[in-house]
Amino acid sequence: MDDLYREQIIDRYKNPQMRGRLDPHDYTYEDDNPLCGDRIRIDLRVDDEGRINEAAFSGDGCAISQAAADLLTERVVGMSLEEVKSYTKDELIEMLGIDLGPVRMKCALLSLKVLKAGVYGLDELEEELASL
Amino acid sequence: MATPQTNNTLDVGAIRKDFPILGREIKEGVPLVYLDSAASSQKPSQVIHAMSRFYETEYANVHRGIHTLAEEATAAFESAREKVARFVGAESPRQLIFTRNATEAINLVAHSWGRANLQDGDRVLLTQMEHHSNIVPWQMLAAELGFTIDYAPMTEDHRIDLERYGQMLEQGPKLVGFTQMSNVLGTINPVARMTEMAHGAGAVVLVDGAQSVPHMAVNVAELDVDFLVFSAHKMCGPTGIGALYGRRELLEEMPPFMGGGEMIKRVQFDSFTVTELPSKFEAGTPPIAQAVGFGAAVDYISNLGMPAIRQHEQEMIERALDQLEEVPGVRIYGPAAEHKGAVAAFTLSDAHPHDIAEILDRRGVAVRAGHHCAMPLHEKLGLPATTRASFYLYNTSDEIDSLIEGLYDVKKVFA
Repeated sequence: MDDLYREQIIDRYKNPQMRGRLDPHDYTYEDDNPLCGDRIRIDLRVDDEGRINEAAFSGDGCAISQAAADLLTERVVGMSLEEVKSYTKDELIEMLGIDLGPVRMKCALLSLKVLKAGVYGLDELEEELASL
Repeated sequence: MATPQTNNTLDVGAIRKDFPILGREIKEGVPLVYLDSAASSQKPSQVIHAMSRFYETEYANVHRGIHTLAEEATAAFESAREKVARFVGAESPRQLIFTRNATEAINLVAHSWGRANLQDGDRVLLTQMEHHSNIVPWQMLAAELGFTIDYAPMTEDHRIDLERYGQMLEQGPKLVGFTQMSNVLGTINPVARMTEMAHGAGAVVLVDGAQSVPHMAVNVAELDVDFLVFSAHKMCGPTGIGALYGRRELLEEMPPFMGGGEMIKRVQFDSFTVTELPSKFEAGTPPIAQAVGFGAAVDYISNLGMPAIRQHEQEMIERALDQLEEVPGVRIYGPAAEHKGAVAAFTLSDAHPHDIAEILDRRGVAVRAGHHCAMPLHEKLGLPATTRASFYLYNTSDEIDSLIEGLYDVKKVFA
């Protein structure tokens, strides 16, 4: 019906490809956006060369936050941890392909925040995370 | 301009013409359907003009000047205080303290009365349906002073459980604080009865009137409450001003809240003496034009008549609940219409409230999505968030139809 709820978003929300938990995992992190109740956890498994070979997300929230988490966890499989570090919010927004206002931006970026905090810790990326 | 109502019904068509913003479109051909008055109400031109006229013709700082403008501004400011005080049935305008909003009024009571009267081992009794503004100030003070906070539970149908409330009063709380109307459930609490019970247990009673004072006749003398707080912006007035009504003896005994100009009688390098009520609690230059707007807002809704406003809203909520219930997948929270104000919080199947609000906005329908500053209540309901439609004197049944049509849009997207 409009830009925000494109078929890809709704489809990913209703039929996520990457939903689940990895146990054991090499990296995990969970965070929420208390303002709207979006909650996302991301688990990662990494091979000997530091490449992500498995990823999964769990949580609940609006269509934007959950679809973004699904697309992002799918995207990072095969990436090195260094590549995750340099993955930008603009790349995520481009992948989502939707026009986001400031409020919904928080929903879209929650999974990126969780991913980066999980891999690098909150302290190291304090400045970048603050802008997410 | 809406003329004073002679009978008990509102001329909503005329009222809507008083609110310029209600004439705007959200996008081409999509008029605004404003169902978010519980967050903040819109403003009639009577209020907007009263403030701009004040700035254009009478504005100066209040209380200290000798010149003509200072006198006129002071008179306008104090006349607004009289109007607001009379509106809630205060015996004297001196018992009506202007604050920034209801939140600041509660913080004032917590810091001033609370610090002077509460200590380790004491109890404060609130309810499970409180807004954060009537929880966090007490939690902050409790962390410092060591008293215990209890929360009176609700019945199955989201009303206050008076039996449990009575039992909790037996623990001897020093202060009982509760909302007159829940901003999520819409529940209207039996304030007079709850106050009588609390007084019987020796407690001081603070009532959060942020959601009730704009929508129904509230009289502090009849209710016998010790403190009542409310905000102008939810009752057709401007932001930046609210009020604390307090029982005179309590206000007289309370130490000042913030220090500065206006609240003192005299200051020396090593000490100060506090001045009289209400200035004692109004340090610094107050929101002067906002007070004038507050007074104009009280005039506006008083002219329409609080019973007429209440009746209109009752019709609106009955209709809204009936129509919402017919939408498959909708679940409504809160008591039956006769026990609540014009607030409908609901969920719709698995659709997240943010997505619901976003899709409703496509039709120009403005609702609130989230926890509505009542996270403990949502935790109790087992929900991260709800969607809330709230109604006021300018809403129409056509607007309820737009809400319902919008919900079918949501169902289509998430089918």
